[in-house]
Amino acid sequence: MASKTYTAGVKEYRETYWEPDYPIKESDLLAVFKVTPQPGVDREEAAAAVAAESSTGTWTTVWTDLLTDLEHYKGRAYKVEDVPGDDEAFYAFIAYPIDLFEEGSIVNVFTSLVGNVFGFKAVRALRLEDVRFPLHFVMTCPGPPNGIQVERDKLNKYGRPLLGCTIKPKLGLSAKNYGRAVYECLRGGLDFTKDDENVNSQPFMRWRDRFEFVMEAIQKAEEETGERKGHYLNVTAPTPEEMYKRAEFAKELGAPIIMHDYITAGFCAHQGLSNWCRDNGMLLHIHRAMHAVLDRNPNHGIHFRVLTKILRMMGGDQLHTGTVVGKLEGDRQSTLGWIDLLRKSYIEEDRSRGIFFDQEWGAMPGAFAVASGGIHVWHMPALLSIFGDDGVFQFGGGTLGHPWGNAAGAAANRVALEACVKARNEGRELEKEGKDILTNAAKSSPELKAAMETWKEIKFEFDTVDKLDTAHR
Amino acid sequence: MSEIQDYKSKLSDPNSRRFETFSYLPEMSQDEIRRQVQYIVDQGWNAAVEHTEPENAFDHYWYMWKLPMFGETDVDAILKEAEACHKEHPEHHVRLIGYDNYRQTQGTAMVIYRGPIEA
Repeated sequence: MASKTYTAGVKEYRETYWEPDYPIKESDLLAVFKVTPQPGVDREEAAAAVAAESSTGTWTTVWTDLLTDLEHYKGRAYKVEDVPGDDEAFYAFIAYPIDLFEEGSIVNVFTSLVGNVFGFKAVRALRLEDVRFPLHFVMTCPGPPNGIQVERDKLNKYGRPLLGCTIKPKLGLSAKNYGRAVYECLRGGLDFTKDDENVNSQPFMRWRDRFEFVMEAIQKAEEETGERKGHYLNVTAPTPEEMYKRAEFAKELGAPIIMHDYITAGFCAHQGLSNWCRDNGMLLHIHRAMHAVLDRNPNHGIHFRVLTKILRMMGGDQLHTGTVVGKLEGDRQSTLGWIDLLRKSYIEEDRSRGIFFDQEWGAMPGAFAVASGGIHVWHMPALLSIFGDDGVFQFGGGTLGHPWGNAAGAAANRVALEACVKARNEGRELEKEGKDILTNAAKSSPELKAAMETWKEIKFEFDTVDKLDTAHR
Repeated sequence: MSEIQDYKSKLSDPNSRRFETFSYLPEMSQDEIRRQVQYIVDQGWNAAVEHTEPENAFDHYWYMWKLPMFGETDVDAILKEAEACHKEHPEHHVRLIGYDNYRQTQGTAMVIYRGPIEA
């Protein structure tokens, strides 16, 4: 083998990091970035620069490069592609050898992939569109602490999506009044209620008081309805010590499920909590506050499908995915793509859903997709058709805003859901016959009838900001 | 808007107890049950029948009626077993299950005969 010699100075990145003939290894971690280069920087050089800065490279040659086998450790840009409908940006595909990453550490993978490179001057904007995590790496991660099947078994819920409700107003209620709202929802037929993400432990309602009153509400609703219930007790806290303290107390009270905000709390804290949930038989509901800061801009940031993948690997049993039909951002095809990534064990490349790589999850369980935000009974047929059974539909205003109160609102949602599931099983087309199905179900449910009268006209018709890249845009 | 209605549900009234999927809808007719059995068969699931006293419905484990009908795709044969279970235990809830052996879960479960509940 010819030995290399040391020459100080700045080389073009492409000399080392652009390798269009590179044979991809099964164990490589693959990433695709949408790169908007600075004017005058050509595509191969910009792609190579991204590969370099997110792996072994730095701006100048250093003599210690020669003490190691850079050929083995470096990331490589192996392909560039046009972005449909965009003349400036292009997709850069990069392969990273698995040795670059600590086993089971999403923190480590992200520190490389979306670290310094995102502030790098040679690119004007950069977006991590998708990552293929090799099964070799996937198997070093904990994954959902319970998964869909175990959650269904524990809660005895089969053949239908689950129903939830976020308690409102999100801030300002006393713990005892809050517990009242929970009890009313659960006795009316919901499976879950939820702490809003902002609810942690504020002066108006300390976490311990909330946990105690909510548990009493759950237990009474279970005795009254004969069904298993839960409330996502938010254990998101300023420090990991405080987070674990709250999780331990939830367990002590017999709570079946807790919740965490995985992005604001940080990946390190999150994966620790996920391990704790596995050890303690606790279900884990995941909120995604701050995701839109990262994923909404089509040219810069991290796509939500990547944030979905890392959540599945770090662990969570339910993840908010957007509703497609409600008040929050979400394109249908794109959402179907990341719902698959969250729930299925093998997902094929499908550009029509924004999926750039085949993804193999091996034995890692899937998690429930949570649809929440601005939805009500009239959305039920569409929600069931989009999400299928392995979803949790969260009606906040759509339960609490019922003219007769939470219990009636909950019953209306439950009747609507069951009527849609029954109709689907009978082979009826939900999105076409939705009105008929609901109207018929309302004949035996005055609660549903009142809900349908209340919300009939509400629609959210704003266009989505982050769409799939297509030529006709 | 109509007048506010009270939500009738009490610990002291056993009729307030539910039993999961489809228990918020009216009891199904024979024809409706048939269509749900057909759905289970169409999914490739294995039908099974269980039953219990209404007061024990919260338990995970109900009494199994014989064994799950592995490989049975004849809707009438499945309905016959469910009816036989109901005839022998008219005072019990009878539950129809579709076992999904690939996903290691129950694809669905629903009470198709409701035991009488005296308040």
